[in-house]
Order: sequence, then structure tokens, then C-alpha cells
Amino acid sequence: MDVILFLIFAVIAVVCAINVVVQTHPISSAISLVGVMGSLAVLYLLLGAEFIAAAQVIVYAGAIMVLFVFVIMLLNAGAESKRGRSFMAQLLGAPLLIALLGLLAYFVQRLFPRSVAVHFGGFTHGTPLDIGRALFTTYLLPFEVTSVLILIAILGAIVLARKEMD
Amino acid sequence: MDSFIVISLIKTVVVFAALLGTLLYLQWVERKVLAHIQVRPGPYRVGPHGLLQPIADVIKLMTKEDLIPPYVNRPLYLAAPFIAMTMALLPISVIPFGPTIEVAGYRTWMQLTDLNIGVLFVLAVSSMGVYGIALAGWSSNNKYALLGGLRSSAQMISYELPLSLAIAAPLLISNTLSLRKLVESQEGGILHWNVLHGPFPQILSCLIFLIAGFAETNRVPFDLPEAENELVAGFHVEYSSMKFASFFMSEYANMITVSSMATVLFLGGWVAPWPAKYGSSLVPAILFAGAGAVALYHGMHPGRRRDRLTLPVFGAAFLVIAAVFLLPVVQQWLLPLFWFCAKTGLVLFTFMWVRGTLPRLRYDQLMGFTWKFLFPVAVANLLVTGFLIAWFS
Repeated sequence: MDVILFLIFAVIAVVCAINVVVQTHPISSAISLVGVMGSLAVLYLLLGAEFIAAAQVIVYAGAIMVLFVFVIMLLNAGAESKRGRSFMAQLLGAPLLIALLGLLAYFVQRLFPRSVAVHFGGFTHGTPLDIGRALFTTYLLPFEVTSVLILIAILGAIVLARKEMD
Repeated sequence: MDSFIVISLIKTVVVFAALLGTLLYLQWVERKVLAHIQVRPGPYRVGPHGLLQPIADVIKLMTKEDLIPPYVNRPLYLAAPFIAMTMALLPISVIPFGPTIEVAGYRTWMQLTDLNIGVLFVLAVSSMGVYGIALAGWSSNNKYALLGGLRSSAQMISYELPLSLAIAAPLLISNTLSLRKLVESQEGGILHWNVLHGPFPQILSCLIFLIAGFAETNRVPFDLPEAENELVAGFHVEYSSMKFASFFMSEYANMITVSSMATVLFLGGWVAPWPAKYGSSLVPAILFAGAGAVALYHGMHPGRRRDRLTLPVFGAAFLVIAAVFLLPVVQQWLLPLFWFCAKTGLVLFTFMWVRGTLPRLRYDQLMGFTWKFLFPVAVANLLVTGFLIAWFS
């Protein structure tokens, strides 16, 4: 049962991810990205990390992607026209992609040689209680630094937007 | 295991049949409430007191021509009503209606399923609901619809923040994310409900939750996405027949979700206002008997000719319901259900009352209100609650 669900949602995630790149219209790409986020949330759920799954849907699919769709609708961006690829891209594209994937596979093999197989639902520390405790004890400093970083980003966005308005 | 599947199936069928029936008649109730606020009788022609009006409406909507305008983005145009409807109906699956009951030897909860992240599940699903409206607005290829979709997504993102912060405060008191445990932590009468619970009564966050809930469901005074005097009908202007009906139904289903979440989070869910030993179990019987007596009295002195027949029938039905509430066999599941429905119904009535009373906000007022007023108040409320709970525990 778990394996079937995993396969279904893994396939959906990969197909949606490819669709994000293939689609020419920004809205279609954004909706495909929502599909990726949603199926990733289901994969987290299968692994037993229910809080992460809910946060994934609330934050990424429910807030950030809504903002993306909102901006695309506001700017009324049309479909992009497909232009012919350059000679270099046609020649080197596929070999470079294969080389990159091969390198990635090689490093994963080298760096994590003794990785064990994942068991569905084997992870039981994904409850909100555990995550809250980890965030406020073990990872307190990174957590706070991240929030300060986000605050700086918001201030920067406001400063940039004000300059545009003057 | 087998009995689990069968019980779950039965529960699902019962809950969704009840939900759809409520959706059908909620619209009748709303029309009646609005009519009486405006001193007119409301739907009165189809059936006694217009009671068959919703069924007539359903037949009308289903038999209408279902046209798809040219130049729409077909896949998204067709998907949008489905998304809106699905995301509006899903949250009911984690709402608890009552405690554990025993039917024919099987013990089961009056709830479809209890998740240990139930509150987050409701938030996640309802935050996905905005796609239905935004995509409907965009894919219709109509400037009014696009403006409606834009307004709706901006409004829902903005009001989700105070909504989430208002939810967080009662969660601090109850110390759980499971909706069932949330209600269990409020047992023992009105002073234990989160809205009045020590150390810091959550009256403020209850109000913020309701206001943000009005905005999330696009209801008056926050119904700018479908402001009919400037946007015709807003995001669903290009939809007809059942596609329009599914947007309509999803709005009402969202109202039910917000009301039942307010009941579970702040008003103690299925818990009676005071313990049964002081007579709270007699309240529904007295209420229904009173309603029956009033209906019978008006049947004796009819204002309209038809009331001579209909009102005594209603009165007799209310008296029978009052008698049923006194049977000890059904009390164990009927009383919690009554209190849950009474509280949810009260919140739903507030929705209609506000719709009949308040004018629509201007768009800058709408945004300024949430960012400059609701959000700071919600943050302050959460901080004070957190400090007081840390102080007293």
C-alpha cells in the first residue's frame, strides 16, 4: 500500500516538475509547481513527518505559490514564444546533462556509502511537539538567524519598492 | 478491521449526506433571515414557507444550459470549480461532532477521523481553496473575473495571517493540535471553554478569528471578489449551471467549516454550557417544546390563511422532537450533537446577520484593516497569552 502510494506520488512529482520547465505559459508552470509541492507533502506524510507535510502545503502550496499566481495574474504575463535553440545548446546539452547526473550519482555513492533503506512510517519524531522542542533547543540559533535573515529580506524589498515609487 | 471499514463508510455517507443537506437548506435559512431583517416574508411560494425552494433551485441549476465561453483557458476553467468544491468539502472530515458513542455493540467516535495535526490540516486545505477562485478568475479571460480573482487572492493571503495567529492562542491553552483533544480539554462548562478559559480569556482572538473567517469566505463586508455593483459577479461571472452552483456551494461549505472551527476552537465543541447534573440536558427539550407551543399558538391565530394548516404541523413536529430529546437511549449522542449544531448555527446566524447589516468595505480599508489593525492585535494577543501561560504553569 505504502509503496503503491509512494510510486503514484513520486511519478506525479516528477511529471509535474518536468511540466514546470516544458510549459510555455507562466500560470501552467506555477500550477505544475503546486502539484510538485502537493505530492512532496504526501511523500513526507508517507515517511511519518506529518508536521512537515502540513507546513509544506500551508507555506509553499498555500501561501508562496498563491503569491506567484497572484503576481503572474497581476502582470498579465502571456505565453512565451519558443525560439530555436542555439547550436552549442543542441550539441552540448544532452552530454552535459548526462555528465552532471553521473557526477551526482557518483558523489551520492561516495558520500553516503552506508545509507540504509527508508521504511515508511518508521520515523516517529515528526510530531509538532518534537519539532517545536528541536527548534527551540538544539536549533535555536539557526532558527533565530533565519528569521532575522527573512526580516532583512522584507526590509530590503520595501526599500527597493519605495525607490521605484519616487 | 472489516468492521472498521464498514463503520467508516457508513460514517462518511452519513456525514456527507448531512453536510449536503445542510448546504441545501442553509441557503434557504439565509434568504429567510435576510428577508426578515428587511421586513419581508422571503421565499414563500414553493412549498409551505418556501421549504421546497432549495430543491426547486437545484433542479433549475442542473437543467440550465452549461455553456463554456470561447477564448477561455479550457483545462483550468474546468478544473477551478472542482478545486473550489473539493477543498471546501474536505475539512469536514476532521471536525468532531461529539464524543464516543455505542451503536449496536460497536464503539465509535462522532467524527470521521482524528488527525494529530487536525488544525493544520484544516488550515492547509482551506489555504488551497484560494486556487479555485484565483484560477476561475484568470482562466475566464474576462476583466471583471480577473479583477475578482486578484482581489480574492490578495485578500485571502492577507487575512490568513491574523487567522493563523488567532488560532494559535487557544492552541497554547489546550496544548494540542488534535481537534478531538481540543474539545476534550474544554470539558466542564462554559468557564472552561477557550473563549473564557484562564489564564487569559480568548475573547479577542475569537473575534479576530471570526472577522478573518468572514474575509476568507468572501462574505459581506469583505465580499469584494464578487462585488456585484462594480464587478458584475466577480470571479464566477463566466460560469453557468452546475459550475456556478459548485462555487456557490463551496462558499457555503467554507462558512460551515469556519463556524464549526470557531465552535471547536473557542466555544467548547459539543460540550454543554453547564454540567448535566444542573439540568443542561433538559435545555433542548425545553427549547423545542417552547418553539412547538409558539407555532401551535400562531396556528390558532393565523396571520395568513395557509398558516392554519402549516403552523400546527410544524408545532407538532417540534413537540415530537422535544419528546425525543427526553429519551435516555438517544440522549448520549443527540445531546452533544445538539450543542455542536446549536453553537455552529449561532455562528452561522452571525454570518447572515452581518450580511444583512453591514455595508461593503472599500478596498484600501480592507487591506489597511488587516495589516494595520488585526495583525498587530493578533500578535499582541498571542504574546500576552504565551507569557501568562508560562507564568501560571
